[in-house]
Amino acid sequence: MDDIQKRLIAEVADLHSVPEGAYSLRANGESVEMHSSANIVIEKKTDKPGIDIYVADGTKNESMHIPVIISQTGITELVYNDFHIGKDCNVTIIAGCGIHNCGDQRSEHDGIHTFYVGERSIVRYVEKHYGEGDGNGERILNPTTVINLEKDSTLEMDSVQIKGVDSTLRTTKAVIGDGATLIIKEKIMTHGKQHAETDFSVDLNGEGSSTRLVSRSVARDSSTQLFRSNINGNNRCHGHSECDGIIMDNGKVAAIPEINANHVDATLIHEAAIGKIAGEQLTKLMSLGLTETEAENMIINGFLK
Amino acid sequence: MLELKNISYTVSDNDGSKEILKNISLTLQDDKFYVVTGPNGGGKSTLAKVIAGIITPTEGSIILDGRDITGLSVSERAKSGISFAFQQPVRFKGITVKDLISLAAGNNVSLDEACEYLSRVGLCARDYIDREINASLSGGELKRIEIAMTLARKTKVTLFDEPEAGIDLWSFNNLIKEFEKLHDDIHGMILIISHQERIINIADELILIADGEMKGKGTREEILPEYDCLTMGCRFTAEAK
Repeated sequence: MDDIQKRLIAEVADLHSVPEGAYSLRANGESVEMHSSANIVIEKKTDKPGIDIYVADGTKNESMHIPVIISQTGITELVYNDFHIGKDCNVTIIAGCGIHNCGDQRSEHDGIHTFYVGERSIVRYVEKHYGEGDGNGERILNPTTVINLEKDSTLEMDSVQIKGVDSTLRTTKAVIGDGATLIIKEKIMTHGKQHAETDFSVDLNGEGSSTRLVSRSVARDSSTQLFRSNINGNNRCHGHSECDGIIMDNGKVAAIPEINANHVDATLIHEAAIGKIAGEQLTKLMSLGLTETEAENMIINGFLK
Repeated sequence: MLELKNISYTVSDNDGSKEILKNISLTLQDDKFYVVTGPNGGGKSTLAKVIAGIITPTEGSIILDGRDITGLSVSERAKSGISFAFQQPVRFKGITVKDLISLAAGNNVSLDEACEYLSRVGLCARDYIDREINASLSGGELKRIEIAMTLARKTKVTLFDEPEAGIDLWSFNNLIKEFEKLHDDIHGMILIISHQERIINIADELILIADGEMKGKGTREEILPEYDCLTMGCRFTAEAK
């Protein structure tokens, strides 16, 4: 692995060496390394690009890393990763994609991650997207996440994109079973002429199912963002979506929330707030000795923490 | 020493212009405890904001220890030794109590140190230190955190805008002790905007502001009759005598 690849892996997966446990690294359109553990088996798909991950029933406190990096210009790929999580598990999955594009051709990674989470299992899924490189080639990431939660299971997804991705369409579709919970926390910051779109769609089909979608975004320079969410309450359920955006310079953020209560015991809430940094926040931090720029950075860092 | 020289502040809107502060001149000594009082809407908060640099006066100058600070920004005034506890504390998303106390103290304070400032304002420190300064905190809690920040800053000039608002009476008595302690520790100047009798009682001097003008500066005995005269009418106070 060269230095650029090592840095990308550190950015997206906080990895500085080969991790313990299950591991799959994909670089420049090819699977580079794969390692299974006793309870987590990773297999390469035979019919299309991607992997199948099988987590055995009762697997507790294990984690797996599945970073993807692209360091050549002009690579476009579509990858399918399926996660089959058994019953009564408690696992952490660290995914992420880093693109370094110094060339003039576009580099694009489209990943479709599908989760089947068994009864009573708890999954924490961390996804980080990062782009760098000073070429004119665009860096594009379009992650699709499909989530199926069985009875009393929980999936918590943390999705972060702070830097360097020119264009992204992030689609998440979820079907939630009885007593199951989906929590998604998304953080996005866009710069320059970047564009980011988020599209959440959640079907609360199970009795006592719930979801909480939280999006925090910052749009700087001339970047644009679009947040769409659609929560369908089809049973006794609780759904909450929250979109909080800070706009700076000529940035633009649009939020289009939709909540559909299709059952008399469905409770659905949407909150959205978009605006520039409040002047009084800047003044307070400046009155504690920060310059205006330092105050702005502290507010943004806190907001996206 | 802080000197305000002929401070005026005028705002203009569609209905014409309005003078919020009218030619106020004041000399405030180090190591003194001042209380600014007067009717609501009289210009007290504006005066504090002028000192803190949040509002730039239309006329006049502000001199701190011989240096003209009129043109300095809020940050520069903060660095030159002015603290200001807002009347309405500001909420932030994702910034914790510890973040702001550390910032106020000027270093990465230890947990014990940060907790001490919170305990001094009557908050059970360990419950609060990692809380975000957001809408989950009540007005009274925010107000105490605001005051804790000024305790942590330890500057030579400390301004409080109505610190009693939203704080219950029992806690308030303890807060008064903290104001006195701050005064004893720093030997700096404290200026509190307040209507509260208990705060007025501990002031070295009162400053009476009404209708944007300074109506008086002096001891409690000198100023309070003037205040009553303003708020209740002089005929009433004359008759009461």
